[in-house]
Amino acid sequence: MIRSHVLICGGTGCTSSGSLAIQEAFEANIEACGLKEEVKVVQTGCFGLCALGPVVIVYPDGTFYSRVEPSDVKEIVEEHLLKGRMVERLVYSDTGAEEVAADAIVGLNDTAFYKSQNRVVLRNCGVIDPESIDEYIAMDGYAALGKVLTEMTPEEVIQVIKDSGLRGRGGGGFPTGFKWSLCAPNKADQKYVVCNADEGDPGAFMDRSVLEGDPHCLVEAMAIAGYAIGATEGYVYVRAEYPIAVKRLQKAIDDAREYGLLGKNIFDSGFDFNLHIRLGAGAFVCGEETALMTSIEGNRGEPRPRPPYPAVKGLFGKPTVENNVETFANVPQIILRGADWFASMGTEKSKGTKVFALGGNINNTGLVEIPMGTTLRHIIDDIGGGIPNGKKFKAAQTGGPSGGCIPESLIDTEVDFDNLTAIGCMMGSGGLIVMDEDTCMVDMAKFFLEFTVDESCGKCTPCRVGTKRLLEMLDDITKGKGTLEDIDKLEELCKYIKQNSLCGLGQTAPNPVLATLNFFRDEYVAHVVDKKCPAGVCKDLLTFTVDKDKCIGCGLCARNCPVNAIVKTDYIAEGHKLPSYAIDADKCVKCGVCLGNCKFKAISKI
Amino acid sequence: MKSLAELQAIKDKMKNKVVLREGINEFRVVVGMATCGIAAGARPVLNTIVEAVNESGLADKVSVSQTGCIGLCQFEPIVEVFEPGKEKVTYVKMDSDKAKRVAEEHLKGGKVIAEYTLSF
Repeated sequence: MIRSHVLICGGTGCTSSGSLAIQEAFEANIEACGLKEEVKVVQTGCFGLCALGPVVIVYPDGTFYSRVEPSDVKEIVEEHLLKGRMVERLVYSDTGAEEVAADAIVGLNDTAFYKSQNRVVLRNCGVIDPESIDEYIAMDGYAALGKVLTEMTPEEVIQVIKDSGLRGRGGGGFPTGFKWSLCAPNKADQKYVVCNADEGDPGAFMDRSVLEGDPHCLVEAMAIAGYAIGATEGYVYVRAEYPIAVKRLQKAIDDAREYGLLGKNIFDSGFDFNLHIRLGAGAFVCGEETALMTSIEGNRGEPRPRPPYPAVKGLFGKPTVENNVETFANVPQIILRGADWFASMGTEKSKGTKVFALGGNINNTGLVEIPMGTTLRHIIDDIGGGIPNGKKFKAAQTGGPSGGCIPESLIDTEVDFDNLTAIGCMMGSGGLIVMDEDTCMVDMAKFFLEFTVDESCGKCTPCRVGTKRLLEMLDDITKGKGTLEDIDKLEELCKYIKQNSLCGLGQTAPNPVLATLNFFRDEYVAHVVDKKCPAGVCKDLLTFTVDKDKCIGCGLCARNCPVNAIVKTDYIAEGHKLPSYAIDADKCVKCGVCLGNCKFKAISKI
Repeated sequence: MKSLAELQAIKDKMKNKVVLREGINEFRVVVGMATCGIAAGARPVLNTIVEAVNESGLADKVSVSQTGCIGLCQFEPIVEVFEPGKEKVTYVKMDSDKAKRVAEEHLKGGKVIAEYTLSF
């Protein structure tokens, strides 16, 4: 009889830090200790605390082990599973201290990282085996589909989704129930449900984690959507760069088909639904709904003008509803627990929770799900565990290349769709990149512009040419070649691109520039007037110098300089025995190696 | 899948297998499993309790886990039963048969078996 479960994270983060080897080690050691009949090893989806991976949880006591190495496994099996003594040095503690006192051990849900989270979308991630349809069913899986097909009319389903206040989690925040109601009345011989799993924002991995950790949830939700709008076919458009997600989703679809939860006459209701996977080749523009549908149809992924909207004329010219993974993942819970339950979470106009992928200069990088309306300060300081190395918070970037940034003065903003839009930012799909004081905002804007220039599909001129020109101007500014006039020109071009681009990619591409201009204009001015980069990032505006009185003449910098730009002088500082060194500015490539090597803090960059 | 009953049947069958991860339990049973406990025969006691709990459908009420040495090595195998709001009950010198009785009478019936306890 099984008395203990060992859950090993098989999400992308932990897999890349070696969780598969850990799983094998567990299985081998459990076998060796003769515990095979007593302990079960389960590979799950993402737990969220990717920074501490690979992560292992032992139930029933819920002990949370972090940063487990294959060499630790023997000890865990022999001590914890055999003798019941947890291996304290590996237990995750809130403080992140290396050594953990016994009384500091806290339950998983009591840690600051998990305490204020509210896991609706991620409720099964890290709890069930994503490749087991039975475990999903044990967690109320497919009960919502059963309820919808046996007890509710399509109109009632749409009404519940409308009442819940669910809005599209892909970035736009369009009300989901309303979207479904626009498509439902349209008559056609075929309609489609499409799931946008083409998560393209740099740093975002929410949808990936749902697909990897709870793929059946998406299958169930899409079938519910199909019933609500009268569609019998569904497509999931997922990036080919997500191999684990694709594999698990395909298994989920196959298993659901075998159980008769996809296919003909589901729950004897006369409702048929089939689901197909289409792989995207990684073009960012294919996350835009019309480009995505064009790509599913087998054509080059380019957007088309709207109207006609997909609700009228979408995939293969038929009425189509398209939602993103996280939006769908909310649907089964809303059906089971009711619109009121969902609407009780969040703010007035943004209901429910939102999943964020926390990244950048923050201690707890990973995946968090919080109620809408949580302040940014709470997310960063409490859940995220603050900024590493005692650095100061400068700004948070949301919405990826389409979004803006939130400066420190607005850190108490309650995060929801409308508040972020009001400060010129956007929710986006949920990437949240934290930046500390060493980040140059001009350089940040340039980084995202480089991305959009690469990813612009080229169909319309404002986006294709406009973003390229924007990037050139930003590049000049970071090289000290800009003028004050350029800043005004930059702003004007941004507005022009926003107004005239064909699709969302171009319409939002200037946002990182506009937001940084709005909140950090002084940094742009410093670059063009003083020719200085205040954060010390833009290489062309930096000079490395040696303080000749601090230099003891050890020569470590000179020996390590890759371009031999550091030479001995004939000046000997008072109290020193050897002559000091100096940097030849013409030869210096500003790599910063000397800065890191000098033990006497004699080298500085200004 | 033709009916909700079919779905429910799978759910019932699986529920015991995942309930371990939910952590909502009325009773917490802890078996001392240090070297002293194992030497005295704690392993069959632990396995008997786990089986009995599952067979009598108590899996969503009772969690069974291990602990290290409690310090009363001469009384091993020791089984402690925690119930919210009540005094901890410590059973000593346990074996499989005694464990079965504890599961039946204490965990299911709610009655402490005084003769197995330390105080007796």
